[in-house]
Amino acid sequence: MENNLLSIIIFAPLAGAAINWFLGRRVRDERFIGIVACGAVATSAIVAFYLAFSSGGALRSELPILDHVWTWLRVGRFHADVALAMDRLSGTYVLFVTFVGFLIHVFAVGYMRGDSGFYRFFAFLNLFMFAMLTLVLADNFILMFVGWEGVGLCSYLLIGYYLDRKEAGDAAKKAFITNRIGDWGFVMGILLTFFVTGSVSFFANPASGIPGESALQAIKHLPVDGFTWHAIFAGGATSIAVLLFIGAAGKSAQIPLYVWLPDAMAGPTPVSALIHAATMVTAGVYMIVRCSPIFVQAPTAMFIVAVIGAATALFAATIGLAQNDIKKVLAYSTISQLGYMFLACGVGAFIAAIFHVITHAFFKALLFLGSGSVINGMHHEQDMRQMGGLKKYMPITFATMVTGWLAISGIPIFAGFFSKDEILWKVWSAPAFSVPSSTASKILWGVGALTALLTAVYMTRMMVMTFWGEERFRKVQAGGEADEAHAHGVDVDQQLHEASSVTSGDRAHHQPGEPVAGTHEPHESPWVMTLPLIVLAVLSTVGGLIGVPYALSSIFTQRDVNYIEHTLEPAVATMPAANHGAAQPGPELISRAPQETDSASPLHTLSESGAGAAAHSVEEISEERLLALVSVVIALLGIAGGWMVFRKRPLLQLPRILENKYYVDEIYDAALIRPVEVISREGLWKIFDIGVIDGLLHSIGDVVTEAARLARQLQAGFVRGYAAIILAGALILIGFFAYVSILR
Amino acid sequence: MTPQLSWYLAVSAALFTIGVTGVIIKRNVIGMFMCIELMLNAVNLTFVAFASFFQDTTGQLFVFIVMTVAAAEAAVGLGIIIAIFRNRETLDVDEASILKL
Repeated sequence: MENNLLSIIIFAPLAGAAINWFLGRRVRDERFIGIVACGAVATSAIVAFYLAFSSGGALRSELPILDHVWTWLRVGRFHADVALAMDRLSGTYVLFVTFVGFLIHVFAVGYMRGDSGFYRFFAFLNLFMFAMLTLVLADNFILMFVGWEGVGLCSYLLIGYYLDRKEAGDAAKKAFITNRIGDWGFVMGILLTFFVTGSVSFFANPASGIPGESALQAIKHLPVDGFTWHAIFAGGATSIAVLLFIGAAGKSAQIPLYVWLPDAMAGPTPVSALIHAATMVTAGVYMIVRCSPIFVQAPTAMFIVAVIGAATALFAATIGLAQNDIKKVLAYSTISQLGYMFLACGVGAFIAAIFHVITHAFFKALLFLGSGSVINGMHHEQDMRQMGGLKKYMPITFATMVTGWLAISGIPIFAGFFSKDEILWKVWSAPAFSVPSSTASKILWGVGALTALLTAVYMTRMMVMTFWGEERFRKVQAGGEADEAHAHGVDVDQQLHEASSVTSGDRAHHQPGEPVAGTHEPHESPWVMTLPLIVLAVLSTVGGLIGVPYALSSIFTQRDVNYIEHTLEPAVATMPAANHGAAQPGPELISRAPQETDSASPLHTLSESGAGAAAHSVEEISEERLLALVSVVIALLGIAGGWMVFRKRPLLQLPRILENKYYVDEIYDAALIRPVEVISREGLWKIFDIGVIDGLLHSIGDVVTEAARLARQLQAGFVRGYAAIILAGALILIGFFAYVSILR
Repeated sequence: MTPQLSWYLAVSAALFTIGVTGVIIKRNVIGMFMCIELMLNAVNLTFVAFASFFQDTTGQLFVFIVMTVAAAEAAVGLGIIIAIFRNRETLDVDEASILKL
């Protein structure tokens, strides 16, 4: 189905970016810039909701909404057009990206107030929305890659937003370069996909005049690869999947390419919330789920994804335990939760992964914005060791962050519980297709459960250090070393922030190092900042109810309320039955994953999409309920343990190795960066550049100089010399003609 | 015994060679100038000799042109010589080996 409204979703933010860049820099009116930026994203969100939920909308029909914007590349068999497609998967993604993006834009209007680069910030933020929506709505790999690079560029621009701070610039470069490594994998994956299938499209679109199957349809004709290490280098589906996963690992900050994300916190906090928590970093998950037809042909690649995901989840959670910067804790938490999503992808639970992406977008955006509110209220202090007791001063921020805390810890009713529980259950019951043995799936579950425990512990630590306990900020100076401290107050009045005006909602703008003792209390943020927090808190509370698994909902009601699963089921591929890749030609033979194939139930007819609905056996339901109970116990244990330890000793010294992030940055520095630097300096610069390139140029110059020095001897200035030269020339000419005539 | 063409040509060649040699070996700029005139007149002699031999007036025509050019050259050349002498008080060409005064 064609619908040209689809292009409005991506072009509205682009128009907003252009208006803010060209007009906003002249107008410099924050209200104008803020309205343009938020209005552009709101337009996208409204159109997205209309297209998703209107009759025949993307989430309600089997066929994607297509929009062929213009013809781009057509060379022989190869064609990649600027064409958009909104199916159930991209529709779901677009909904939460535009909605959460809109809330964060609103928050940023409050957070960035008084900043000298206000117009620049919102131009970049809108440009990011354009790139992200292009990535999600692209109907082929090439356009997706355009969006993929676009979000990388905007991430670079926004991490390095504070132009006068070196560490922001360094972090931006680090993010960009690390992503290049991933992009290499993505590009190679795309090329191999084209080589194998002869197409780069996701959807067959006869309306645009392109015949033939899409890449994702054609890949199904290949035999399923075996579960062997050779398959990685065989050039088939497994090779494609591994290469695509390298790309996803770069963008979504998985081991070993995760190092850029913690540093990316040098950007403004709304950027961390929008790009480095809610949307961009989940692009890797989106890409893998979009390419799920490829991954279900590649059990080895899926196993790699699962193992890397689980390892990243645990690894980042342990680091997050010992960080003192409130944003760093959340950054490692994000990496850890992304690991969960990849773990889910790796065991074939693509829907659970997307579900977790959505709930994570809600509660992690909430936590980041809440931390932004705290940082703002604390006059740009980010070190939790210098906070404490803030719940009295920032009641709304406190209340909303408590919801985020409970959501990420996995307390029932809150959003994170359902998605995390779903992932853990799918891992526990992973079919043998992509996991070598059932022991392996239990080990992966154990890692996931341990991570869940650690998540609850470090989030409790963060909350306790920030909101409870002694008011440690009274002893210190205003954030002389805080990351964003200097950025505000660049071009604003230097008026001191009086204690009496705390409740009036205005913001203080302090110079770094300005003493704040005594008269400078933390203050609650203005409504533009708290309102998005409240909305996100509501979503973090009830957002999980779109995906309540049958095992839990059946306690209360007979209706099947797992909307997310029914919505996404047609959009993702399912794994073939577990026979380790014995040839299963044709998509028809691919059956449901084992845990979903069982006796029919009356619910079957009640569910939205009857064909895709799974039935549930009694044993599995009880097992799933038991696991859910275990998850709850783990979450409660984590919170209780964290509370007991850190409530008394919030400044407890944790192992140095955790605080120093396992020295991974140092190891990379020694193992990769230093050798590259040495090779560049000693080899490429001193030998190749100076020796070969400069040498070549210099020797050309030397030859010319030397020849000129010889030729100069002819020009002595003696008239008789010139006369002799003329004579010699004449003699040579005469001699030549005489010689020629004699020969003749 | 009537004069042959080759006689004229031999005289002309001798004159020309003397002129060339003079230009190259003489230092006095007036002497060089005279040698140049000698070369021009050697060429003139060849022209007339051939014109007579081929019964064609074109050669004689060229002689007039050469004479005109020689007259103009003499005017300009003598002017330059006087200018050099005023500035350097010498007529040695080797002294005037740099453009700068």
